Amino acid sequence: MSEGASALELIFSGDSDLYSIVGLSLYVSLSAVALAAVVGFPLGAFLALVNFPGRSFVVVVLNAFMGLPPVVVGLAVFLLLSRSGPLGFLGILFTPRAMIVAQALLVLPIIAALARQTIEDLWTEYRDELTAMRIGPAGRVATLLYDARFSLMTTLLAGFGRAAAEVGTVMIVGGNIDGFTRTMTTAIALETSKGDLPLAMGLGIVLISLVIAVNGIAWGVRRYGELRAG
Amino acid sequence: MSRRQFVLGLALATVLGLAPASAQEKSIVVSSTTSTTDSGLFNHILPLFKQKTGIDVKVVSQGTGQALDTGRRGDSDVVLVHARAQEEKFVADGFGVKRYPVMYNDFVLIGPKSDPAGINGTKDIAAALKAIAAKDAPFISRGDKSGTHSAELRLWKAAGIDIAKEKGDWYKEIGQGMGAALNTASASNGYVLSDRATWINFKNRGELQIAVEGDDRLFNQYGVMLVNSEKHKHVKKAEGQAFIDWLISAEGQKAIADYKINGQQLFFPNATARGA
Repeated sequence: MSEGASALELIFSGDSDLYSIVGLSLYVSLSAVALAAVVGFPLGAFLALVNFPGRSFVVVVLNAFMGLPPVVVGLAVFLLLSRSGPLGFLGILFTPRAMIVAQALLVLPIIAALARQTIEDLWTEYRDELTAMRIGPAGRVATLLYDARFSLMTTLLAGFGRAAAEVGTVMIVGGNIDGFTRTMTTAIALETSKGDLPLAMGLGIVLISLVIAVNGIAWGVRRYGELRAG
Repeated sequence: MSRRQFVLGLALATVLGLAPASAQEKSIVVSSTTSTTDSGLFNHILPLFKQKTGIDVKVVSQGTGQALDTGRRGDSDVVLVHARAQEEKFVADGFGVKRYPVMYNDFVLIGPKSDPAGINGTKDIAAALKAIAAKDAPFISRGDKSGTHSAELRLWKAAGIDIAKEKGDWYKEIGQGMGAALNTASASNGYVLSDRATWINFKNRGELQIAVEGDDRLFNQYGVMLVNSEKHKHVKKAEGQAFIDWLISAEGQKAIADYKINGQQLFFPNATARGA
């Protein structure tokens, strides 16, 4: 357990670099998931409730995009945000904001596709009731999103897992700048390239523990909510 | 919690998520090579520069080819790399203002202790490469247009070998950074060309050791350039030039010389040397 030991030393020695890296990882991935949810939940609900020509095609593409290669998303966002690209005037390449945008794009299909499935299933159950109550489309979306909130939390966690684990977009778009855009995953890649495999593995264990902790908290919140909601 | 609060909460989380990550302070982006970062040099000299000027230097470490491209696109303010021909082209094309020599170190040929090509301890890099090719001994190439990759291709040429034509299964181009190439060589007991600084700082050596060193052709010069603000208006000209001026000043040069690992000096300042 020399790998785990060196990581534990880092944690308990109060290594401020490690804490800032962990903090940035959480900040970027949680923000990306929140951003993706704001767009993805309504989009998923829309696809679940509204029939339009080409809907099946959109659903298939959305499902397929759940497996978007991070490195491709990273490259696309890089080209957009580069000073020589169309959004270069923003000047946010190599900043945490760019990383959030890139991860949000990566996670959006996962959240939208899973939300669509959840809401569509719930819709078959609620259809008659909501139709009888003459609730309009916006009200239907809001009701379904609210009643599906516990299942949708799992959707958010799937998105978070994806964001926290990926290295492709944050490396390209963030640049792995020490103390500014270095995340857990890019730090692991860097230590691996320095040949410090025990430290890299230790950081990997820290990252996995972190993801487990976030999931544990979410599970607790959900249980508490379910108990209160009866 | 009402539906409206739920949606509002999500929206709020998003806005917070996009709030500025750090207060505005004077900073520049430097695109540089993996060798300067992996060796730990920047961690040593940047705090000294910041203390003096208050300017925060953000380093993006890439291969020399990519680092120059980052500057060409206007995504960095200063470029610090090690491939003179490419640097001079960068300036000639108008993307860089002027090239300043900063420091040098040298390349070393790394190989396994078993030494299938029989070159351990020799000095003639051309002869060593010929022996590797003749014996089809495993060789790991960066293959990523980095400064070290350019140097490797130049050395094959010096050995009279047209590597593009003569490469076989023994020659593996991995298209990755110096550390990854050393990891690959370590795992497959191959030969690999490395800059000395990355090698000294590299931990996963396995059976690897220095096979060939000390040839004049293994000299490795680093140069620094400010990205031309005529091409990219937003380039932080004053701060970028301040960094370059500091690097080539007596103080900056001393900071570079003072960086040592296990008592070994990694980079040798030579800003004042002529023709470097």
